[in-house]
Amino acid sequence: MSPFLFWIFAVLTVIFGAAVVLNRNPVASALSLVVSFLGLSALFMSLDAFFVGIIQVLVYAGAVMVLFLFIIMLLDIRAEERRQINWLAAAGGIGVAVILLVQICVVIGRFQPARRTFPPLARSTTDDVRNIGQLLFNNYNLPFQVIGVLVLVATIGVVILSRREPR
Amino acid sequence: MITLGDYLVVSAILFAIGFAGVMLRRNLIVILMSLELMLNAANLSLVAFSRFRVGANGLPDYKAQVFVFFVITVAAAEVAVGLALLVALYRARQTTDVKDISSLKF
Repeated sequence: MSPFLFWIFAVLTVIFGAAVVLNRNPVASALSLVVSFLGLSALFMSLDAFFVGIIQVLVYAGAVMVLFLFIIMLLDIRAEERRQINWLAAAGGIGVAVILLVQICVVIGRFQPARRTFPPLARSTTDDVRNIGQLLFNNYNLPFQVIGVLVLVATIGVVILSRREPR
Repeated sequence: MITLGDYLVVSAILFAIGFAGVMLRRNLIVILMSLELMLNAANLSLVAFSRFRVGANGLPDYKAQVFVFFVITVAAAEVAVGLALLVALYRARQTTDVKDISSLKF
């Protein structure tokens, strides 16, 4: 992938990620998150991870965001009214996030392999999905089953949580 | 050319944005969205490392991508449960603002 496309999608992802936090209206936040996820999916595909990029679009931009929008519409949440902003708390929050970012960037700067480009791939005879599927079902079969149980538990939990209390 | 560090820096920025969202916002829905942003930032660095570590057969290290698959599944389950909790909370208190829910606050 050309550096030009990488920077376009990276900037798109970061700008719309920031828009999620900065928007007052939750609907605008959710829609910004969709764009951010689509940019992220393009970044995944630029790393030759096509399967992950596709499930990013299907699961996040599709299912999860519809869930978010559905809940926002269901609860009829309006944009937050302007409350008095506690500037001390806001500065503290931003300060901690900036310190975290600087710290991670220092670690990346000291990490020698981070300056290398990606090694070329051999032409694969099998596709991406098949390779991941084989690894998933051969080496990671037990975690896969456990994740199935987790999703089942989450489904039952959601049904019980959203049931109306009998009066 | 694009290096591994570029992807890691983008991932770090996304993580910091998500973290700032969790720290700053008071709307529970936006906090959940920021959590998703942080999980996805971690996924991006996992996929970058997967592409960086090309094995002897010339293929990327697919273990990291399997891990990303698990992370996405757990995140989807987490969002579903979190939003169900939010709906239950809204029914009980008619609010999604964390400032109004302070019974457990020290």
